[in-house]
Amino acid sequence: MPVREAAAPPSRRGRRAARAAGLVTAVALLAVIVVLSIAVGAKAMPLADVWSGLLHRDATEYAVVHRMRLPRTLLGLLAGTALGVAGAVMQALTRNPLADPGLLGINAGASAAVATAAAFLGVTAVGGYVWFALLGAAAVTALVYAVGGGRGATPARLALAGAALNATLYSYVSAVMLLDTASLERLRFWTVGSLASADSATVTRVLPFILIGLLVALGAARPLNALALGDDAARALGARPALIRAAVIVAVTLLCGAATAACGPIVFVGLLVPHLVRALTGPDLRWLLPYCAVLAPALLLGADVLGRVLGRPGELQVGMVTAVLGGPLFLWLVSRRPVAQP
Amino acid sequence: MTVLRTSWGLSLRFRPRALGVGAGAAVLAAGFGLVALGSGDYPMGPADVLRTLTGGGTVAEQFIVLELRLPRLVTAVLVGAALALAGTVFQSLVRNPLGSPDILGFTQGASTGALVVVVLGGSSLALAGAAVVGGLGTGLVIYALAWRRGVHGYRLILVGIGVAAILTGVNGYLLTRAPLMEAARAVLWLTGSLDGRGWANAGPLLAVLVLLAPLVLVGCAPALRMMELGDDAASALGVPVRRLRLVLLAAAVLLVSFAAAAAGPVSFVALVAPHVAKRLTRAPGPNLLPSMAVGAALLVGADLAAQRAFAGHQLPVGVVTGVIGGGYLVWLLAMERRAGRL
Repeated sequence: MPVREAAAPPSRRGRRAARAAGLVTAVALLAVIVVLSIAVGAKAMPLADVWSGLLHRDATEYAVVHRMRLPRTLLGLLAGTALGVAGAVMQALTRNPLADPGLLGINAGASAAVATAAAFLGVTAVGGYVWFALLGAAAVTALVYAVGGGRGATPARLALAGAALNATLYSYVSAVMLLDTASLERLRFWTVGSLASADSATVTRVLPFILIGLLVALGAARPLNALALGDDAARALGARPALIRAAVIVAVTLLCGAATAACGPIVFVGLLVPHLVRALTGPDLRWLLPYCAVLAPALLLGADVLGRVLGRPGELQVGMVTAVLGGPLFLWLVSRRPVAQP
Repeated sequence: MTVLRTSWGLSLRFRPRALGVGAGAAVLAAGFGLVALGSGDYPMGPADVLRTLTGGGTVAEQFIVLELRLPRLVTAVLVGAALALAGTVFQSLVRNPLGSPDILGFTQGASTGALVVVVLGGSSLALAGAAVVGGLGTGLVIYALAWRRGVHGYRLILVGIGVAAILTGVNGYLLTRAPLMEAARAVLWLTGSLDGRGWANAGPLLAVLVLLAPLVLVGCAPALRMMELGDDAASALGVPVRRLRLVLLAAAVLLVSFAAAAAGPVSFVALVAPHVAKRLTRAPGPNLLPSMAVGAALLVGADLAAQRAFAGHQLPVGVVTGVIGGGYLVWLLAMERRAGRL
């Protein structure tokens, strides 16, 4: 299958300039969406008010900005970036286009731990879920890595082990929710995936995990490119496959564990955005990752804003809007040009 | 590989291990089935069950076994076999170990059809019909969108996950729009349940399976094995790749849709059964017949566990298939690793 269009390749420098310009455009788009996300809601605000709301932190008339919309926007930025980057690295790591950040069992582990905490340990506050979610994510990822072959893990086995553990854990979560109505009531809102419960405490709690995860993932871009050629070729190029795999798995766990803990399992951002972006940049991770880091939060926040507008006076859950909004865009991109495989 | 030759020139190749696995799984399914037929509010010993099945027993026993318990068991066997066959065909066609109908959007399509009926209000027959229509319609849409002078496995995957994403969003929306009682019914249906299934549920699926299983097993299996070498190699070996892919896709989508109409979209059977069969037979290529036997055994065993595991609670079978199937696959993977067969 052709990886890129076979038309006369533009010069190396020209392509780089085009990609850089595209990235700048993407950042501008994200900035616009961030402003919208603060301005739009049940109580609409003119832009001037948004600005003064950001400057005057103590004024009560702007409380809605810095108590609710600012944390919500920040969380959307963080979670979107985390999920988009994690998805891209996961697809590169497993060399499987069906891989999403949840594939290593991260979302399932987090969900299972939260379900256990809610049903058997009597944890009821959303703030308490975060630690359980992170712990569950880390434990299950370690298990998937061990079952998938440890240091000798191959992409196919990792994907298979992840899928199998996902199946088991999600069934466990459904069983808990079906047998215990009280925990169904509590978990129903968490499992949908939403930014609505964001506050500044949640943001500061997940921020360090996501930052570390991002740094590791971006640092792994170059060796992961080499790994795409296969383990032997990567070794010949000076990369160390086992080490890279372990590092990337740690990064993905941090990114997704934190994002899932804060806003529940939002699946499609991590699955679709890398494919969307790959249609623009090709499979080179050094470009793919920055693009994902900018466009994924743009999609997530854009969907969140749209959900607030469409669902007035309430709102539609962001996970739902992301899928219905991002899906057709994705199909359009896939159907009009040759696709690049991870 | 063993070859059986007869004196009049016919020869038959088979793998003894694959045959053994298939037979073993079938015996296991029969054993589970015997226990399932004999257990319930009116317990019966295996001998009584066998006597009743062969025409003996009291009128009450005849009614309980033949009218109440046998239809459920037959539905379980058929659904398990149909889903496993479809899953094997999908995984082989798209050459991806994760390429099950759950991920490629066909299951979601069937769910959307059923949910529309739930929201609008309709009989269970209309629900089953809508599930079939939804599944087939989604199959058509995916095929049409993926068509570019022939359908390639990779594009099919991309289009499939895009459509799956959109439909999941739509399903979530429909679920929030349904009245509470209807939503509860819909959730039960979406999990996959065998409660109260009668001959009317088993009949259509049986017809489809009787029609399609020989077509796939006898007509397409050898060509499917060659297609795993890649389209070019298969074409060179004389396989009509495009026509065969269309036929196989249509067959698999029909199987999934009718299975969903009979028992709801029971998750993970289509994903897990082929892998379990592959690991037990240790044979390359699609293990169609062993997969079907494993799928049937898995679903019958899961239904038995779902009915008996928690006294006083009946879980829907879809919850247990994941725990048993996924758990067993993880165990197989771990054993394989310990035995050094990575």
